[in-house]
Amino acid sequence: MTEFAGSQYIIEVIYLIASALFILSLKWMSSPATARHGILAGEIGMVLAIGGTLLRHGIVDYKWIIIALVLGTGIGVPLGMVQMTAVPQRTALSHAFGALCVTLVGTAEFYLRSPDVPKFMMSVLSMEVILGGLTFTGSLMAAGKLQEILPQRPITYKGQNLVNFLLFTVTVGSAVYLVLHPEAKQLFPLVVGISLIIGVLLVIPIGGADMPTVISLLNSYAGLSAAAMGFVLNSKLLIIAGALDGSSGLILSVIMSKAMNRSFTNVLFGAFGQVQASAVAGEEAKPVRSATPEEAAAILSAANKVVIVPGYGMAVAQAQHKVRELYDALTKKGVDVRFAIHPVAGRMPGHMNVLLAEADIPYDRLIEMEEINGDFPQTDVALIIGANDVTNPAARTDQSSPIFGMPILDVDKAHTVMVIKRGMSPGFAGIDNPLYYLDRTLMLFGDAKQFVGGIVRELGGGH
Amino acid sequence: MPSNLIDALFVFMLAAFIGFEVIRHVSPLLHTPLMSLTNALDAIAVVGAIVLVGEKKSTFATVLGVIAIVAATSNVVGGFVITDRMLKMFKTSRPTKP
Repeated sequence: MTEFAGSQYIIEVIYLIASALFILSLKWMSSPATARHGILAGEIGMVLAIGGTLLRHGIVDYKWIIIALVLGTGIGVPLGMVQMTAVPQRTALSHAFGALCVTLVGTAEFYLRSPDVPKFMMSVLSMEVILGGLTFTGSLMAAGKLQEILPQRPITYKGQNLVNFLLFTVTVGSAVYLVLHPEAKQLFPLVVGISLIIGVLLVIPIGGADMPTVISLLNSYAGLSAAAMGFVLNSKLLIIAGALDGSSGLILSVIMSKAMNRSFTNVLFGAFGQVQASAVAGEEAKPVRSATPEEAAAILSAANKVVIVPGYGMAVAQAQHKVRELYDALTKKGVDVRFAIHPVAGRMPGHMNVLLAEADIPYDRLIEMEEINGDFPQTDVALIIGANDVTNPAARTDQSSPIFGMPILDVDKAHTVMVIKRGMSPGFAGIDNPLYYLDRTLMLFGDAKQFVGGIVRELGGGH
Repeated sequence: MPSNLIDALFVFMLAAFIGFEVIRHVSPLLHTPLMSLTNALDAIAVVGAIVLVGEKKSTFATVLGVIAIVAATSNVVGGFVITDRMLKMFKTSRPTKP
């Protein structure tokens, strides 16, 4: 007995160390200089925790554990090697996997413990499988939309919110009944099943541009469901890891919704894309000024300060490496080039930074919105590549605009604005951009990669 | 159970506050790697699945547990690999350029 207690203490101490390493791991993420120590700390913590668990007394069979660990590693490595443009869908998929694990363990625990499940245990168990279930299918839907297997536009129907609300009431109601009458086993599959359906229905009406918020929110749910699992298993390590993940996801969701001037409920129940279609239809063709790569190159090389505003369109056109060449060419000519990063640029929080870092653009040139907005009046050229709504001045001035109030990059205050765009079609939100009709704006029509390549050739040829 | 529960709630509360404070200071530059890292850490749920499979209490539990271990392990491995790949790409211009 004493020996048993002894080994139990050692395992608890190992979990304690692992928890501390997890916290340090996140703390070191605060700066790019220390971030890689953070990964090491996380890895050591993870190895310790898994190793410690394998030493547990109750474990009698290792065969299936080893097989599953090897299989999981086999799936994990290719998922770790995806392209940087595919990181959002990979992240969504891993939220789904995390939630799947939590839901399955919760389900197994229920059937092992039932019918003698104490009230508190049943409450957290229900929370675990409800959050886990809806995160699982919701994240799969998000991944499908990001991978463009599923349509990216919002899918809406009449009474959508009512249906979701009813389903949610039924699950929570069944869960409450289970808490009071844990012997009503037949309700459990209902709780799990409806949660899975809710996950699908919650993400169906959400459009591509809202994905950063949704991914963050699902991240938060995944963390909370893991924390709930920690309560069920009485594992403080799991509670801590879940709480860290949950708070991280929550902070990111708040940042994302602020950057879009939307509330959570608005993102989840709003179905953004619908409203603006009519707004665009009323617009007539207005004159714009356009320019060739030669003209653009001449203006850029005469400038002192250039700010490049990249958007998801740049990544779609795979133009980031050409943009890097442009950055090099201009820097060589003594032009000060910086990049303005809107918080929701890309398909997940911080996505644009990763895409530019992959193209070898130094991270101290990537400037956040709040920091760079004051500099636009002193900027000679603002070059917009594949971004639209985040530069739309209507967000500041036009109360009737659906994006009114959304913080934007003040590119219209630069001396010259250049916009690389395929044509005059509106952005993801489907809103017309008055920026394009300003006197100081030059439209550079064409594919982002080819156009930037053209500018680079001109810059190189001049000297 | 009740005293355990209170302990657990305290742990959750403190960890949530630490999470908020630590993550508030993460630069927006690193939000994508942050998310993939928290994802990997969150997959510590694998320990619950390992116990489930190892204790061999019922075939049903073992089957669910094996799938759970596979899912969580792929998150651990994939999460660390991609976070590391991303962070390797972040370079500063300071050592080479003015």
